[in-house]
Amino acid sequence: MLATKEDIISKLRRDIASWEGFRPPEPGQTGSIGLGIIEKAFPNAVFPTGAVHEFISASPEDTAACGGFITGVVRSLIGNGGACIWVSYTRRIYPPGIKFFGIEPERIVFADVPKEKDVLWVTEEALKCEGVAVVICETRGLSFTESQRLQLAVEKSKATGFIIRKDVRKITTTACVSRWQVTSIPSETRNGVPGVGYPRWQVDLQKVRNGMPGSWTVEWKRKAFRLVLPEQVAERSRRYA
Amino acid sequence: MPKRFASLWFRHLLTDWKVRREPALKGTPFVFAEYDHGRLIITAANAEAERYAVCEDMTVADALVIAPGLRYFEGKPGRNLRLLKGLAEWCQRYTPLVAIDQPDGLLLDVTGCTHLKGGEREYLKDMVDRLKEIGYDVRPGLADTMGCAWGVARCAPSGLIVPIGEHRTALMPLPPSALRLPTPMLLKLQSLGLTRISTFVHMPKSVLRRRFGKDMVLRLLQALGQEEEFLLPIKEPAPYTERLPFLEPITTRPVIEDSLNTLLETLCKRLQQEGKGLRTAILTWYRIDGKVGKIDIGTNLATHRPKHIFKLFNLKLDTIAPGLGIELFVIDAPQCEPVSDKQSDLWANKPGADSEEVSELLDRVGGRIGPQHLQRYLPSEHHWPERSAEPTADLKKQTESEWRTARPRPMQLLDKPEPIQATALTPDYPPILFIYRGKRHEIKKADGPERIEREWWLEPGEHRDYYMAEDQDGKRYWIFRSGHYNGTQQGHWFLHGFFA
Repeated sequence: MLATKEDIISKLRRDIASWEGFRPPEPGQTGSIGLGIIEKAFPNAVFPTGAVHEFISASPEDTAACGGFITGVVRSLIGNGGACIWVSYTRRIYPPGIKFFGIEPERIVFADVPKEKDVLWVTEEALKCEGVAVVICETRGLSFTESQRLQLAVEKSKATGFIIRKDVRKITTTACVSRWQVTSIPSETRNGVPGVGYPRWQVDLQKVRNGMPGSWTVEWKRKAFRLVLPEQVAERSRRYA
Repeated sequence: MPKRFASLWFRHLLTDWKVRREPALKGTPFVFAEYDHGRLIITAANAEAERYAVCEDMTVADALVIAPGLRYFEGKPGRNLRLLKGLAEWCQRYTPLVAIDQPDGLLLDVTGCTHLKGGEREYLKDMVDRLKEIGYDVRPGLADTMGCAWGVARCAPSGLIVPIGEHRTALMPLPPSALRLPTPMLLKLQSLGLTRISTFVHMPKSVLRRRFGKDMVLRLLQALGQEEEFLLPIKEPAPYTERLPFLEPITTRPVIEDSLNTLLETLCKRLQQEGKGLRTAILTWYRIDGKVGKIDIGTNLATHRPKHIFKLFNLKLDTIAPGLGIELFVIDAPQCEPVSDKQSDLWANKPGADSEEVSELLDRVGGRIGPQHLQRYLPSEHHWPERSAEPTADLKKQTESEWRTARPRPMQLLDKPEPIQATALTPDYPPILFIYRGKRHEIKKADGPERIEREWWLEPGEHRDYYMAEDQDGKRYWIFRSGHYNGTQQGHWFLHGFFA
């Protein structure tokens, strides 16, 4: 039977997606990483592992927020073994802070690269390695060619890369599978009790290949992500108005 | 196999070195001199100066009288030792056991090495010819004992190679100065008419000891081989070492890589057979112009995989400067450990942080950025924030204590708290606003204070009252006030971290 044009195209799309790292979950596994409705933004509703994600951070506050969000995601990615390497050129990550997002800090190997230009070299070497599950990299800039190299590295090793880009003036096109921006927003306590509430972030998925970009408000509560619905946010502003 | 020792005597060590550096001085008489109580005393004279009967311990003023046109240079104490050290390293291409023999010689244990050059005569000739080519006037001696080789090199008119077992006969006609004795004792022997070793070697040892002391008897017995003497090599030979000499000096990168591979394969084969792996390795190269260089690598886990070790060396191969050519590569593995078997990994679901792949990756990264920049953090028993995480380079070390999570801790911590301008209401309230790097942050919500006391047994200073503060944009900060509230003091508020 001759396949119709649409069939062929959709099959090709599926193939390309799987080559690019979007794979349907393996049988017996849900493939969920605890992000809830956000995962629906990705093809097959599965968070792409074996790909490079890009995070934009304009300030140290944003870097901290990105770090928290990524750590929460990474927790489920390294659940079944595999090493995690955190590459940066300024050592500011505070290991006890990581513990709050559900990862044992001693599972992470920190590479404090003294020369900034070595950051991407170390990242690429780490992403090429078979035993590494996750590489988190803090860098200033990332050119298109560099991102292509990282993408080629993960396609072989199936590691997941998270790149935190700190130079917002040079946002270029990259070969990364998605682009995120995570910023802290005011937290909320129950019944307006004084004090600071659970960490709350505005998570913008600005770009995602073959998926649906979107924007959500997420809270980290009792060692899990919890989506804050828009009406709850709206309600808050009304109450304070 | 009987022991064989070679002694090299550099007759004009310092002056030959000077001529090497300034070829124009060749053929002119010159000396090195050092100040001693205001007088310039000659410490080394070259062959041309010696022709005028200028010798050591003469003052320069006297020497200038008998040798007009003599030039002198200021000597530096310890220079001969430095030169000998360099020459000893150079000589390691002939034997791994080379010792410095102060003040102007080298001692080599050449047992089992001479056949490599086709016999003792060829071996010595090769060594001496090449040293002469470099520019050193050298006299060798080869014998069964160190003392005999030393004496033959310095005092024998001919027959510099003493056949096996004949060191006693070779020593007989030599003067007592062949016995490594101090000058006063030599004068004493001379005044007694004992001008040859054969004249006193048959005397009872007790008589000699009474007359000349036990050191003299010891030297005599050592030269005769009746007393043990030990060589102190400049470098302990590593238990795992491989050498690769070249017939033709090599200069190109592909050949260097090939030879490194060959070396590593033989070394790793041996390590594998003995169930060992190396933790550190040193590659040394010897250039034909006498220069020696080395690069070293280290690994996190003991390994005997040549490919991996090659990759580590490959990162540093650029530092090899072959110059005119390299004639010998030596690879040493000074630190080796038993390798744990790989079978246990089969049961693991996925390789963890201490798997072989990851450890090899970390070796590579550490080779490039420096192993001290590659760390894990373990909880440490300190409540002071800067000290509560302890860096460790060990991949397998497990935690002994728990991470404390009772109080919130920031995601990012500044190395050094940065001063901020803050306005706080009453003593124990969090600030209502603070200015950090020119930006004004109004604090909407805050938690605290959490007082953290100094660890006074480690360092003195003020305690800190920490607040977790959230500003108008929802950014969360970790700020603290240093010490007690003091209405007059300014600038004792600090920003220490950023919460996620």
